[in-house]
Amino acid sequence: MVKAQIHAGGRGKGTFTDGYKGGVQLCDSPEKAKSTALSMLGNHLVTKQTSPQGRKVQTLYFTEGCDIDHEYYLAVVLDRESAQTVIIASTEGGMDIEAVAEKTPEKIIRVPVSLDMGLKPHHCRLVAFKLGFTGTQVKELSKILNGLYNFSIEKNTELIEINPLVTNKEGSLIALDAKVSFDGNALYKNPDIAELRDTNEEDPKEVEASAFNLNYIALEGNIACMVNGAGLAMATMDIIKSYGGEPANFLDVGGGANEEQVTAAFKIILSDPNVKGILVNIFGGIMKCDIIARGIVSAAKNVSLSVPLVVRLEGTNVEAGKVILKESGLELTSADSLAEAAEIITKQVTA
Amino acid sequence: MSILVNKNTRLVVQGITGNAGTFHTQQCVDYGTNVVAGVTPGKGGLKWENSVPICNTVNEAVIQHGANTSVIYVPPPFAADSILESIDAGIELIVCITEGIPVQDMALVRHKLNQSSVNTRLIGPNCPGIITPGQCKIGIMPGYIHKEGRVGVVSRSGTLTYEAVWQLTQKGLGQSTCIGIGGDPINGTSQKDAVQLFNEDPDTDAIIMIGEIGGSAEEEACEYIKKHVSKPMAGFIAGASAPKGRTMGHAGAIISENGAGTAEAKFQSMEEAGVKIAKNPSEIADALMTCYSG
Repeated sequence: MVKAQIHAGGRGKGTFTDGYKGGVQLCDSPEKAKSTALSMLGNHLVTKQTSPQGRKVQTLYFTEGCDIDHEYYLAVVLDRESAQTVIIASTEGGMDIEAVAEKTPEKIIRVPVSLDMGLKPHHCRLVAFKLGFTGTQVKELSKILNGLYNFSIEKNTELIEINPLVTNKEGSLIALDAKVSFDGNALYKNPDIAELRDTNEEDPKEVEASAFNLNYIALEGNIACMVNGAGLAMATMDIIKSYGGEPANFLDVGGGANEEQVTAAFKIILSDPNVKGILVNIFGGIMKCDIIARGIVSAAKNVSLSVPLVVRLEGTNVEAGKVILKESGLELTSADSLAEAAEIITKQVTA
Repeated sequence: MSILVNKNTRLVVQGITGNAGTFHTQQCVDYGTNVVAGVTPGKGGLKWENSVPICNTVNEAVIQHGANTSVIYVPPPFAADSILESIDAGIELIVCITEGIPVQDMALVRHKLNQSSVNTRLIGPNCPGIITPGQCKIGIMPGYIHKEGRVGVVSRSGTLTYEAVWQLTQKGLGQSTCIGIGGDPINGTSQKDAVQLFNEDPDTDAIIMIGEIGGSAEEEACEYIKKHVSKPMAGFIAGASAPKGRTMGHAGAIISENGAGTAEAKFQSMEEAGVKIAKNPSEIADALMTCYSG
């Protein structure tokens, strides 16, 4: 088997941007494996879970094929709504589990496990018998499930899934593929997991932003925004859109950004060649407007700003902040309200 | 004139000697909040800024200083334990400002809060806090943007709440109480809880609810609103322009692949529940004024 290693599911049914089909392939000879590998490497794989541009394949996994009798699905999820772990299992493995849940919800087994009690033998038996396992298979399933559950608790996973979990012709259980997602807030507990981060799988601008503790997501538009607070950042994107503009990014500089972070934020924004204008919207609470204003001034001078900049400041020390912007001699437009700011930047960019 | 906090609130600050704790405690004291004690383990017996007594434990703050409410500025690895400490000490209302608490830690806190023997309410985590204008400010919101009045505000966001409050204040509409419930997927007080408290408060005449994409907190609130709320309400949902499958800053702000939790669906629930919606974040106060004049 040759498997493209990208951080997205649906690889088997995916198509590469050059038309080559299938990110997971069974090869009957070493030569076929080699040619398959060469077709995948460096190519961009598009799946249900990637963007239309796909993900560049930079790593491949070669493994023995397996004589499969049946494919199952098994996962442990930390369910946010109910604040407990839930085992999810299905006899319909090997394919898109969301599709199974949608088309045949009765084929999805859900077993909640309370976090303070932990996984018990009866949970494992319930899942095993519901999946139709018998004899030693029940014990094998219990062992796998205990492994999944303990790993999920110890390493703070949000999702750990085996898909497919298969039975071979002898009836033994084998985990053929797996996916794990971790709680970013808990990475400090698990430095070994943090070390596994593969920045090749991320947008370089997002990697750069995370180094400065900035929350940045690249988008398709041409109006960059820099905002404090995730909710206000989303609202700022929304209002840009309502005035007919397209946001180039989501950028939350957080509650207590300093001058260095603001400068880094400007550099990241401007490294996107699509950006034709910048809207800064800061409602100072923890963050003081005079500090952000100083950051804007020094950053704008540092990066020799070449696109229109509209700044809307409100909140703590707003008057001092406005004075700093005014006296800086920078070419920028100050706006008093969010609507005014969005209207001005949209006009300037489309003009 | 308020819910949850007022001039009788006796606040203990957990993490009072840290940078954030010190800065925001000063702001709250200046606003008029009655800060009766602080907690920093090992510094018990000292005084913060020569005025507020520091205790080693929340238990001590409750017994010796009569604290009934706590605010938490403790770093994420220790914050969940600080919440549990306050619950065990019998604190009635906990406001947790800390951002970045592991989800599993919060799941365990949620279990504790759900126990029938526990009568504590949690606001947050990852939230700006709660303020009853003119009486008591707990958290990191700028005090001056608020004005005493009769509009209740509940929001999942921090700075977007300030935006809405500032619009109200500029239009002369004061607030009874403003609550930021926080952007985390597992939290204490929900949108529905807050709306219910406002609905039952005789000094709140109108309610603003601000949500974000992701989860079903707004939909659940709308179910309640449809059945029980006749007070004028307006609302806004942030994230209509967000792409699917990406977490936008707040861990809770993600649209799932199957389309649940979209801004569109949430706006629709609000309209069906009789909530006036602001299509645009700069028109939140205007939306309320179409059905309420103060």
